[in-house]
Amino acid sequence: MEANIATETNGETWGGGNKKPLGASYGKMMMWFFILSDALTFSGFLGAYGFMRFKFNESWPIADEVFTHFPFLHGVHAPMYYVALMTFILIFSSVTMVLAVDAGHQLNKKKVTFYMLLTIIGGIIFLGSQAWEWKNFIGGSYGAVQLNDGKIVQFVDATGHQIELEKFAATSHSERVQHTRDKGLWFVKEASLPPFSLDQVIEGFESNPEITIRIEKINQETKTKIIIPRAEAMAYLNEAKAVVKGANLQVNEYGKPLFADFFFFITGFHGFHVLSGVIINIIIFFNVIIGTYERRGHYEMVEKVGLYWHFVDLVWVFVFTFFYLV
Amino acid sequence: MANAQEHKSHTGLIWKVFGILSLITIAEVILGIIKPDALYLTKILGTSPLNIIFLVMTIVKAYYITWFFMHMADEKKSLRRAVVWTAVFLIIYLAALLLIEGSYINDVLGPLTKWSY
Repeated sequence: MEANIATETNGETWGGGNKKPLGASYGKMMMWFFILSDALTFSGFLGAYGFMRFKFNESWPIADEVFTHFPFLHGVHAPMYYVALMTFILIFSSVTMVLAVDAGHQLNKKKVTFYMLLTIIGGIIFLGSQAWEWKNFIGGSYGAVQLNDGKIVQFVDATGHQIELEKFAATSHSERVQHTRDKGLWFVKEASLPPFSLDQVIEGFESNPEITIRIEKINQETKTKIIIPRAEAMAYLNEAKAVVKGANLQVNEYGKPLFADFFFFITGFHGFHVLSGVIINIIIFFNVIIGTYERRGHYEMVEKVGLYWHFVDLVWVFVFTFFYLV
Repeated sequence: MANAQEHKSHTGLIWKVFGILSLITIAEVILGIIKPDALYLTKILGTSPLNIIFLVMTIVKAYYITWFFMHMADEKKSLRRAVVWTAVFLIIYLAALLLIEGSYINDVLGPLTKWSY
């Protein structure tokens, strides 16, 4: 049976032997095909997002109105700036990664170590930024009212700008307290209560004549949400079911819960890739420090994790486009 | 693996590609913030010209990342085609099916959605 067994290994069995299909080492080729399959996974998710967005084309939330926060600029309407910053952080960490690969080609251990460290720091900063973005999205900005059929109604002032519930809701005394396990049924949980009750919001709406409401439907001519005249607004509010602040997997003050679901799932899946990339980078970073690759004579391992890291950046380029720009 | 002397440093190219990627991103952000009416509110090929510009810019960025950061340009043609053509074909196919179906459902569902009370 010896004829069927590859005996010619030359000590490179773990590298896939000396045969190199497509002119790449086994590990590098397989990293490329892993990236290909992962790219298809992300396309599936983004494609599903596109499907839902086309399906609800007339009432999809407008990203510029959702992501408007910037650190230390509280209350300032700053769309795009924060996510642009995040994009730059990720692109820059991609640059330091490719510089590490480049230094690896010259077997310059010191430079590889330095650039790997910068890459790891960039990845961690990106993850922190994403957590902050999630925090703002979950916390919400204005608050809204959900109708019986699930549609969202937002409040606007006379100039057509959105207005916070705090600005107009009645502050009458409310008896409703948060249910906790030590106060009531120990086996029942309750989601955290919105800052105001429905009655307070509607009472506040009635006593502030300059306020009116805005529905999810988009005016295709101006690409803005349609504002309902105040005279007709009460017909909508009579259908109100709950006060919504922020977003989670069930409700979303900015509009369709699907928007929140896809946002959490796709950026979460991407963030998970960044996290695993950071962990793999840290492992390789320590391998570089203890000289594993110096003894091996080449830094191909840095190149392979580099491929993965650039792929994460590549995915973010598309997530950025489809969630924030288009 | 070739030895160190054969590999000359490509840092110049890397910084150039970084410059290009940054410029495209800055242009995207500026367009995304000001959203000129002529590009945003008009329609071409089923969407606004602005969306087409964003898509093209995204693909250009993807090209630079894949070709120069992931060194696809230095790989053999066979590997490059095995990866890139497969991805491009399958993604276009999937996206076309999903988006056509999505807009069809919108055509049917849209008029049935109740917006007045």
